[in-house]
Amino acid sequence: MPKSLGKIRPHLTQDEQLLFEMSSPGKKGYQLPELDVPAVDAAAALGAGNVRAGIEDFPEVSEVEVIRHFTRLSTWNYGIDLGLFPLGSCTMKYNPRINEAVARTEGLAWAHPYQPEELSQGAMEIAAVLEQHLGEIFGMDAVTLQPAAGAHGEYTGIMLVRAYLAAQGNPRKKVLVPDSAHGTNPATASIAGYEVETLKSNEQGMVDPAVLAAAVNEDVAALMVTNPNTVGVFEENIVQIAGILHEKGAQIYMDGANLNALVGLARPGDFGVDVLHSNLHKTFSTPHGGGGPGAGAVGVKKHLEPFLPVPRLKRIGEMWSWDYDRPQSIGRVRAFYGNFGVLVRALAYMQAHGGPGLKNATIDALLNANYIRARLEEHYQIAYNAKSMHECVFSDERQEKQGVRTGDIAKRLIDYGFHPYTVSFPMIVHGALMIEPTETEPKQELDAFCDAMIAIAKEIEANPELVKTAPHMTRTSRVDEVTAARKPRVRWTR
Amino acid sequence: MTYPENLRYTKEHEWVAVDGDTGTVGITFHAQKELGDIVYVDLPKAGSAVEAGKTFGSVESVKAVSDIYSPVTGEVVEVNSLLADSPEKLNEDPHGDAWLVKIKLSNPGELGGLMNAGDYTAYLGE
Repeated sequence: MPKSLGKIRPHLTQDEQLLFEMSSPGKKGYQLPELDVPAVDAAAALGAGNVRAGIEDFPEVSEVEVIRHFTRLSTWNYGIDLGLFPLGSCTMKYNPRINEAVARTEGLAWAHPYQPEELSQGAMEIAAVLEQHLGEIFGMDAVTLQPAAGAHGEYTGIMLVRAYLAAQGNPRKKVLVPDSAHGTNPATASIAGYEVETLKSNEQGMVDPAVLAAAVNEDVAALMVTNPNTVGVFEENIVQIAGILHEKGAQIYMDGANLNALVGLARPGDFGVDVLHSNLHKTFSTPHGGGGPGAGAVGVKKHLEPFLPVPRLKRIGEMWSWDYDRPQSIGRVRAFYGNFGVLVRALAYMQAHGGPGLKNATIDALLNANYIRARLEEHYQIAYNAKSMHECVFSDERQEKQGVRTGDIAKRLIDYGFHPYTVSFPMIVHGALMIEPTETEPKQELDAFCDAMIAIAKEIEANPELVKTAPHMTRTSRVDEVTAARKPRVRWTR
Repeated sequence: MTYPENLRYTKEHEWVAVDGDTGTVGITFHAQKELGDIVYVDLPKAGSAVEAGKTFGSVESVKAVSDIYSPVTGEVVEVNSLLADSPEKLNEDPHGDAWLVKIKLSNPGELGGLMNAGDYTAYLGE
């Protein structure tokens, strides 16, 4: 069959032109009625400087071309609804459809933030119940739902610490961050006006209490610690760590990015944490593959509560009301009341599970990660021997001997039909492969993934070039990401 | 890789070469190798004050953004303009053309705390 006729299947897989390239002068996807009022000279009405004759290279295409273009592109996606999404640290769990049904309930989907309080009681009740549930899960006394996502939650949390310490007369100067931390931690501390001091992890990938004790003094405002940390290991000295900080009047902030490993099993508030955020879009299962929207609820102990963002929910008789009269509050951190749609989904997820169900989900997340670790440990070097929680982190040191790095293995994984794991993070691991399956994966899917990873390990032994030049099954293979970053072209030109 | 004898090195993988009261600062061959392809360099303006052990800029590679720590205390007197348009120079010639800043030293005594080429090579081997 001539290639031009081999259309039926190839049509969906052939490379897609840009709209600019499809453009042909005069094509359009609309028809306007005849003008039935006197024409106005735009240049005369607005001033010639404000009117342009045309837009250079503006694509001119028909409606069906636009529809097909974007529909075809949409079939190129890989998402959690297609298969395992082992992106470590991102908690890419399946998002149950019931959450969507609940969030689309008419009264919630169409609620307006300027509705009077008496017409918003249902939405306010949802926020209040969610705050209570989160307080219970965190082991904290109060929760704000305002922050829009994780890093925003961190910023809110550290601003609360700053306000609390300032109220005592000295906001202090430094925030301590372990070298395994997410980059958002030092960024947060810096934006909040603190100097960042990095703590070196010990040989198990954990915060070393001795290193911490040497670093904590009256200048330290807080430690930002992720638990379990980014190598997927529980900070077993966390109680001692909290003690070291509290003794010097410093606070302990917990980055709840990895809360999926703790829900129903352990409460940060019980091991001494003063303030934490949780990425509701991760742990409590709302879609976030496209970059959000998210929700970064922040939980605090009693002593930080007066500083929480306004407004706060307040019960007056049988009614919920918004309380703006909080003189010590750090103020608003976001317009209105947070990403409400995400909050609704998070509550639906919690209530569908119930307490025992949430605990089971956590146990399954730990089991799945440890199953992958057990199957792959023979073929890839585990980064730290300490027990894995909800994710396992390998190093590429064995594969590097054949000249193959973690990024190459990730690209080869695409040929096997999987989304890559997280590459080269955390930085303290040499060529990290960070794998987080989450609890939602069946054993068959985990096995298919492990089989692919093992097959790649064997390919590296037999034919490293095959892996170094992967992917081979995609429309484009390796793009020149270095030149793209050094000399970015952000505008299409002919 | 042989590290030049005329440079002094930090544990954070910066180097400084001293000429009179001015120190030329860069990152080491090892640092650029670990970072991979460098795509952007963020440096302070001439006239800014820097402090030994504190960050004064950052280097962005395809992999990550890393802080640069000053080996010495003083005032920035010159910034390498080559790196704005050609960050790849930092991969090609980290101990030469791709120096980052020149600093007028306010505390030359600090140099004593830095490593020489032999110590640095041994440090990398650890």
